Amino acid sequence: MDTIYALATGQGRAGVAVIRVSGPRVSDVVTRLAGTNPSPRQAVLRRLHSREGELLDEALVLRFVEGASFTGEDVAEFHLHGGTAVVNGVLRELSVFEGCRLAEPGEFTRRALEAGRLDLAQVEGLADLIDAETDVQRRQALQSFDGAAAGRIEGWREALISGLALLEATIDFADEEVPVDVMPDVRLAISGVVGDLRNEIVQTERAERVRDGFEVAILGAPNAGKSTLLNTLAGREAAITSDIAGTTRDVIEVRMDVHGIPVTFLDTAGLRDAEDQIEKAGIARARARAGAADLRIFLLLPGESAAADLCRDGDIVVDAKADLHGSGVSGLTGLGVGELIDAVARELEGRVPTNVRFIRERHRLALMRALEALQDARDLMDADGDQSELIAESVWTGVRALESILGKVDIEAVLDDIFARFCLGK
Amino acid sequence: MKHSDFEVVVVGGGHAGVDAAHAAARMGVRTVLVTLDASKIGVMSCNPAIGGLGKGHLVREIDALDGVMGRAADRAGIQFRLLNRRKGPAVQGPRTQADRTLYKRAIQDEVLGHPNLSVVDGEVADLLVEGGRVCGIRLGDSSEIRARAVVLTTGTFLGGVIHIGHERRTGGRWGERPSNALAERLRGLGLPMGRLKTGTPPRLDRRSIDWSRLEMQQADAEPTLFSFLHDRPFAPQVACGITHTNEATHDLIRSNLDRSALYGGQIEGVGPRYCPSVEDKVVRFAEKSSHQIFLEPEGLDVNTVYPNGISTSLPEEVQADLVHSIVGLEAATILQPGYAIEYDYVDPRSLNAQLELSALPGLFLAGQINGTTGYEEAAAQGLVAGLNAAALCLGRDPVTFSRSDAYIGVLIDDLTTRGVTEPYRMFTSRAEFRLSLRADNADQRLTGKGVAIGCVGEERRLRFEEKVEQLDIYRSKLMEARFRPTEIVAAGVDVSMKGPARSAWDILSFPDGTLDVVRRLAPDTMDAPAGIMEQLANDATYARYLDRQQKDIEMLRRDELQEIPGSFSFEGLPGLSNELARKLDATRPKNLAQAARIEGMTPAALNLILAKLRQNARRSA
Repeated sequence: MDTIYALATGQGRAGVAVIRVSGPRVSDVVTRLAGTNPSPRQAVLRRLHSREGELLDEALVLRFVEGASFTGEDVAEFHLHGGTAVVNGVLRELSVFEGCRLAEPGEFTRRALEAGRLDLAQVEGLADLIDAETDVQRRQALQSFDGAAAGRIEGWREALISGLALLEATIDFADEEVPVDVMPDVRLAISGVVGDLRNEIVQTERAERVRDGFEVAILGAPNAGKSTLLNTLAGREAAITSDIAGTTRDVIEVRMDVHGIPVTFLDTAGLRDAEDQIEKAGIARARARAGAADLRIFLLLPGESAAADLCRDGDIVVDAKADLHGSGVSGLTGLGVGELIDAVARELEGRVPTNVRFIRERHRLALMRALEALQDARDLMDADGDQSELIAESVWTGVRALESILGKVDIEAVLDDIFARFCLGK
Repeated sequence: MKHSDFEVVVVGGGHAGVDAAHAAARMGVRTVLVTLDASKIGVMSCNPAIGGLGKGHLVREIDALDGVMGRAADRAGIQFRLLNRRKGPAVQGPRTQADRTLYKRAIQDEVLGHPNLSVVDGEVADLLVEGGRVCGIRLGDSSEIRARAVVLTTGTFLGGVIHIGHERRTGGRWGERPSNALAERLRGLGLPMGRLKTGTPPRLDRRSIDWSRLEMQQADAEPTLFSFLHDRPFAPQVACGITHTNEATHDLIRSNLDRSALYGGQIEGVGPRYCPSVEDKVVRFAEKSSHQIFLEPEGLDVNTVYPNGISTSLPEEVQADLVHSIVGLEAATILQPGYAIEYDYVDPRSLNAQLELSALPGLFLAGQINGTTGYEEAAAQGLVAGLNAAALCLGRDPVTFSRSDAYIGVLIDDLTTRGVTEPYRMFTSRAEFRLSLRADNADQRLTGKGVAIGCVGEERRLRFEEKVEQLDIYRSKLMEARFRPTEIVAAGVDVSMKGPARSAWDILSFPDGTLDVVRRLAPDTMDAPAGIMEQLANDATYARYLDRQQKDIEMLRRDELQEIPGSFSFEGLPGLSNELARKLDATRPKNLAQAARIEGMTPAALNLILAKLRQNARRSA
């Protein structure tokens, strides 16, 4: 029995997102992600880490043991901060576990039913939810693609059906007048799709930048109010502030959601010619991180200009200490902070890749599985001997992987293509 | 007059009727086969060939359950050819040309030789119905045969109309009258029915063909037979001729299209796309200047030749010109004209998985009446209907087949859940578990089941058990013999030098891992009786793929096991959309797997149905 997981709450941005996991591997999964396995039915706060040790989120973790859970199996729930990036990060981490897979729609309910944990009335209540979900999924599957993507899906569908039609024609109509060697045409049809899938997956990986978040460095002279601004943005005392110039020596990070875009703000040591060895090192680090960041905010005191060697197109230059000078931004009073956030959002929105058509985790997994299957098919074509039935099997596997995006490809569609193309019938 | 009573009545002596009657008789129930003309039992009304891709698989499965078709085809086979010999075993299909006389004789021997099986000549005029169940039939002479179950296999006889050009006559086959009374009776039951059509080419006199100008196709040097009980042909092997239509043929057809029954608008029925008339070929593939024709001898000592590829409903005189325009047939004599035939069929979605009409318990339908075409599809359905008619009489559980067990399961499931839009023919591509449903392992898949059901005779059971034992022994040997990568590479198989040691079984699953390789590596595993190692090599070929498919198969089986009783009401199931409820009520899925395949079905709706089923089960427990 596979261990299944899925987002149990609605897709998209929400205050809290719940990912539910059910099946025999739950306790391994929880230990791996959260470090320890909490006692059943006790909500505990845990930091979730990826295999690479990257912090995914700080989440509420709940466990239910076999026989005393919704599905009757071992179950865990991760209550995450609701951003898409956070949710996708955890989903992706789960997909790497052996024996773990994304649940089919309705599969949790099905398991609950099989275990006798639900009565009809409860299923009716859930049915509305699942129907709504699948309906939303269906609509999103259709609507979330722009015209070009829809055309691409149609293209894959046609190419795969035509490839299958050729293969199946040589198999099922071996003693009739069909071309003997269809492999070059099959290869052409499949290679096109393989290329497209690779492309889409590369785009998806680029979009990881969005998932991991943009880095925005706050720069300025010592005591320009960078740490105060950061604390205001964070809503907490993330950085130590004082009137003493040069208080911030290391780079301090605060992750936040800027109009739906995950952003890590970096508070850096103030830029000046320092004598202190530790401050010097801090400034060097600040320059390095600022240079590598996606965007920089320069907080300028009267008469200053942005450091030319660091400032790039799109960077935001704003007057510091608006509370004293009347214009610009002030971390202390909050003046101009809203406008600053808007400006950051405007700039970063323009950098979110727009040609990523398949951002949903379900789609990404489907693309990967399909790519693997179609590559198997091509490898089989390269091998000696006629392995048409295995090639067809691999292509069908690829098609089935893509069906969540393409819609169902029925054998009748393939037969239609065969009969339209070849005059069959002795 | 009243005939002595039987438990099962089978109406029709074609391929469906014969395997239905024989299956019921094998189950040990007293069975009678009623047909218009007992001398016509086992007649091949269309092309003189059995098997092919998907079809050959069906025949093997029928044979694995001790059915008749495979044994008879072997006795009549005059040109055995294994199709797709160069491809993998999953898509190899046995086929043979059959001598009509030998085939009919073999079938009649089987039918007349079975102690539980009687034959009655007569036309069935009516069904006897009592208390909402079928309990027998009334014949044209008003005599009655009472029985617990009736199997109808009326082929093209139900409301049959034959078309040649603009001429039309009622008939079930050339020179035979149709069953109109029965057609009326079925229409009266209010069943959803439709019209289909099929066609047949003119038959030629062998002696009038110039064979010297034709390319010839020979039988396989090492023939592959249908029956697991046979290993060599019974009849001498002959060759078929190959010729082609040409532009003159096509011009002739084009200029006479308005005289074709097909194109003159006389025919309303839908014909099969994979068996088009020559008119269809010329119209739909106008760019092709030539179509292949196989000249198939209908027997060893008859003079009829079946020109496969020129099925037509043109007038007789045009048919003569058409034939004479073809190389080798310039002086050919037509013995019987080609014709198109239209007939009634019952929407098979009104049947359950036992092929019993949901609306009229005790009445089973099999063959063309269910919208299929082909001898093999007919016989497979006959087998299922016959087994279930007998099971009904014996008070046993229904006999059903899964899509993951057998092509028979694919056939029945496609028919009863999807219905037909053209005469349904089997293809290997219809079977999603094609790699495991092979012609070569039909006995391993089904004979054990047949023994449990009670339809397999002693001879076959003993042979099968012995074979299974041998397979087990040698499979273990292959799995135990292990080799290091250096040894494997030295034997000519490409594996990674860093890989683990592999068993001989693993090696057979590699594309270049042949039995010859294993013979070199592990000669002591190779002393098995004939055929055993070849069988194991076929099994091993797909081992890795089959492991991957296992999960899908388990999920399908789990859903198939979740039966939906006939009394289950979808209407009014709270939370189910009206549209879906209507679809479910129209299709009446017999289990959750069938429900899942209905278009528009959602996971939520499936869960609802399952919950309701569980609730009902608890209540009745």
